[in-house]
Amino acid sequence: MRERSGTRAALASALALVLLATACSGAGEVGDSAEVDLDVAPGVTDDSVIIGSHQPLTGPAAPGYLAVSQGAAAVFDYVNAQGGVNGREIDYRVEDDKYDPSETIDVTRQLVIEDEIFAMVGGLGTPTHSGVLDYLNEEGVPDVFPSSGALAWNNTEEHPLTYGWQTDYTKEAKIQGEYIVENFPDQNVGYLFQNDDIGEDSQAGLDQYLSDEVVTRQHYESDVPDLSSQMAEMEDSGAEVIVCSCIPAFVALAMLEAAGMGYEPQWVVSSIGGDTATLQALLAEFTDGTDAEDVPADAFLDGALITSYMPRVEDEDDDWGQFFLSVYDEYGDGGAPTNTHVFGMTQAVMFAQVLKSAGEDLTRQSLIDALETQEWQGPGFTPFSSSDGDHGGHEGVYVVQYKAGGTIEMVQEARVTDREGGPIEEVDFERLSPEDLPFHD
Amino acid sequence: MNYFITLTLNGLASGAAYAALALSLVIIYQATRLVNFAQPALALLSVYTAYTVTQLTGSYWLGFAAALTTGLLVGAFVERVIVRPIARTSQLNAIIVTLGLLLVVQGAVGMIWGNEQHGFRYAFSYVGRFSPADVFSLVAVGVVALLLFGLYRFTPLGLRMRAAAFHPEAARLSGVKVGLMLTAGWGIASLIGALAGMLAGPPFISPNVFDVVFVFGITAAVVGGLDNPFGAVIGGLLIGLGMSYVSGFVGPELATLTALAIVVIVLSVRPDGILSRPTARKV
Amino acid sequence: MTSPTTEREERSTTSGAGAEPPRTPRTSRWGSLPLPARHLLLAALGLAAVTGLLFATGDLTALRIAAIGYTMLAIAGLQLLVGGSGQVSLGHGAFMMIGAYTMALLILHQPMLPLAANLGIIVVVSIVAGVAVGAATARLHGPYLAGATLILAVGLPGLTHRYHEVFGGSNGLNIRTAGAPPFLDGLLSTSEWRALVVWTTVVIGLAVLATISAGRLGRRMRALRDDETAAAMAGIPVGKTKVVAFVIASTAGGLAGGLQAYVLGTVTPSSFTLVLSLTLLAALVLGGIGSLWGALWASVAIVYLEIWARDLARAMDMSRNAENNLPVVFFGIVLILILRFWPLGVHGALQSLRARLRARSSSS
Repeated sequence: MRERSGTRAALASALALVLLATACSGAGEVGDSAEVDLDVAPGVTDDSVIIGSHQPLTGPAAPGYLAVSQGAAAVFDYVNAQGGVNGREIDYRVEDDKYDPSETIDVTRQLVIEDEIFAMVGGLGTPTHSGVLDYLNEEGVPDVFPSSGALAWNNTEEHPLTYGWQTDYTKEAKIQGEYIVENFPDQNVGYLFQNDDIGEDSQAGLDQYLSDEVVTRQHYESDVPDLSSQMAEMEDSGAEVIVCSCIPAFVALAMLEAAGMGYEPQWVVSSIGGDTATLQALLAEFTDGTDAEDVPADAFLDGALITSYMPRVEDEDDDWGQFFLSVYDEYGDGGAPTNTHVFGMTQAVMFAQVLKSAGEDLTRQSLIDALETQEWQGPGFTPFSSSDGDHGGHEGVYVVQYKAGGTIEMVQEARVTDREGGPIEEVDFERLSPEDLPFHD
Repeated sequence: MNYFITLTLNGLASGAAYAALALSLVIIYQATRLVNFAQPALALLSVYTAYTVTQLTGSYWLGFAAALTTGLLVGAFVERVIVRPIARTSQLNAIIVTLGLLLVVQGAVGMIWGNEQHGFRYAFSYVGRFSPADVFSLVAVGVVALLLFGLYRFTPLGLRMRAAAFHPEAARLSGVKVGLMLTAGWGIASLIGALAGMLAGPPFISPNVFDVVFVFGITAAVVGGLDNPFGAVIGGLLIGLGMSYVSGFVGPELATLTALAIVVIVLSVRPDGILSRPTARKV
Repeated sequence: MTSPTTEREERSTTSGAGAEPPRTPRTSRWGSLPLPARHLLLAALGLAAVTGLLFATGDLTALRIAAIGYTMLAIAGLQLLVGGSGQVSLGHGAFMMIGAYTMALLILHQPMLPLAANLGIIVVVSIVAGVAVGAATARLHGPYLAGATLILAVGLPGLTHRYHEVFGGSNGLNIRTAGAPPFLDGLLSTSEWRALVVWTTVVIGLAVLATISAGRLGRRMRALRDDETAAAMAGIPVGKTKVVAFVIASTAGGLAGGLQAYVLGTVTPSSFTLVLSLTLLAALVLGGIGSLWGALWASVAIVYLEIWARDLARAMDMSRNAENNLPVVFFGIVLILILRFWPLGVHGALQSLRARLRARSSSS
């Protein structure tokens, strides 16, 4: 009996101690985190390296983004078939987070702790990846090329191990704004944007060049698949040019709504939504009874302007576009690749390239050193920053116009800019062909 | 004014789809006293079947027929094989089982057809301010509501179905095949659910496409009242119009909150929905 | 994740965290203790068990143990509402969301407030929310209540889009919270510390819920569930009791959400979806309605079933579409099978197993 009450007393006091400790000090007062050790190489053996990614594979957000990891997986399979990188096969592990940050946190820890990934590659989504940004940096896990154009990835003070990839939304929008002013002077412009950082950052860029021309600003929520009132308002306000900072499903919906009303604006679509292969597949069902009955979806897309920084599958003259088609044909999941696949494929090529540069003696430090010193020469069409305190990734965009028949025409070569009020400049950027770019053995 | 008319027409068109789903929920409630969470799943399966049939044959209407047939058969099958053994134990368990079914079917559709989006045609042309497709939705929903009203009010089958649902023991004593009536109720409800899917599915379908529609379907059903098919139609149109006006005049982010507001306002005045009959004390 | 870890966990938490008073008082001393004291002791035992478990496992498990903790608290609150008063709410995720956003806003704008104070504020906010929802739905029954709470769970996230500047829109709010206090450095990792903080709150909450459930209020709620009219005739204030049930549920849900925000450091509308609310209710029935033990099995199921299914899918070498969708199918099948063969859920099945074992041992 004595012993039992002794145990109880001990437990009760332990509980009290914990309570007391919880009760003092502010919950939001955070100390500085310790230095991380980068001279390590978890997940790396002589013949393999494990990398991880979080992607929405199921759930409401899966449809638009599923293709990213499919594309990346195809390239890594191709690389492995060529003998890997520095003798190592790439073991690419994708975890499904359903685009829910609480799941992202769980699967990221699983990747880091259980799978012992060497690096996180292409983690997808702004809200999701924001949830693991601190964790990855604190754990010393290189966070390479998150799949989102949020401005937050380029902050070397707070997140030195995070390297942005996508041209950020503001840079892209500035170039769109300038293009519209130069090519459609005095026309009424309407904005249609997703109501999150995509919309916010895009407007910040557009507004630097457009002001009086803007007649309406319409937004949508990504979980409400309806644009009827937005497009009605667009037509009502007399917008002649619509800048669509939207994901492909909503670009398609907007085009369909417009066609239903007999409204034919000039579309200017951001890279995130300008995946014409996906748009064609979605819209092909709806051409019956229009002029373009036998030409899939051309009636909707003809003349649309699209900003882009990656190679494109429609680009018949581009080595990389053709290379990706053939890689996907052999290593993909079947079907034709879209530009969303190319997104993941371009990321994968660039990651493999850094891995190659990091050398035989692979550690997290050597990977970071390689990123900081890499001289980028494609597959993207713009210069790429990953050094000297600028982890912004692609620095600009080029503009293409979709032509009936499924081809595209480059209407403005790549230009670069910053995300503040800096000028937009033309660049002279040399890309290497797939054969010359060292990204596998 | 022009804009107002456009919003009204948009609201009616989307309201028709909510009303169709609400009708299928009303039928199931009438037949089994259950809220059926598997309804969107059965609609999903039907619509994907239609998608495949249309792809193979090139005929939209063959696909349409296939969807309705799938709805009818799968609904009856699910009642017989999965729901009935569990519904015996408790009503809550039966509801939860329909939830489990929703997960299984949604996942299975993803397994078979993938999680990508597919373009899915309208029954008629979508071109025009109030397009033939929109007219078709409204007319289809109106006709179905009338047919159901007739079925329950005037036919012996409808009477037996209601008796089986509300007073199973008494019904059995007077010779009604209660089990058969339950199966029939599920079959008819799922057929209407399939129709709702065909109306609400376009332009793009994916495994989660009916999540939101289903929520507004339930909302429409409770706003209108679960006793009366016309209640479902009124509820659906009310929700559709309310959401269209608010997203047009105030902002689309408030659309779902509008539905919530409508529910709160209507149910605080009439706890059993707009077209409910005053109920006596039930024990 | 391997099953031995969880089994260990289940066994050890079984020894304490739950809150059902033993049927037959084993010792006169135990029986002579007042009910709240008994529940508090059980709570302390549960916490000790969780602490032991944390020392035996790693950082990843710590996060999941914390997840089991706050999910269990949320479900326990729902248990009292659904199992206790018979009101089927499909909107429990809304209360978690309110708690989570309250926690995030407090930490962002009042970082020097201690966590305990934040939790206290969350309780107050949740009570207000519970009164509002409870009062608005007190006259509703059956499918009408279900529909109204469902649209609450779906509609509420709209507010975060409307008041973008305050709630951060669909990207939500990111917060940083203090880790383990300095004197525990090297003894506990940050995740383990957080798991411990979560479970401390959870076991206290469970003890309170158990005490309520065993008391007069609990009896009133059960009377209401069994027959509303009869309860009214017996002098039970029907409307008031229903509202109180909602308040209890919303408080437990709000606290759970607050703890989730504290552990994860991020709050977004996409974490509080329709799926969450439906899953909470489904898991409650799966775990076993009518007992707080059910909430434990339910939360273990929510956290671990999907992880097991992921491992299973990988081991089976399926096509990519099949592999991706297996976890959701798996959860659905487990749910259907359990309800088919164990209508009273996991807890009910365990109880009948125990009864059968006891019968066998007494007959031999």
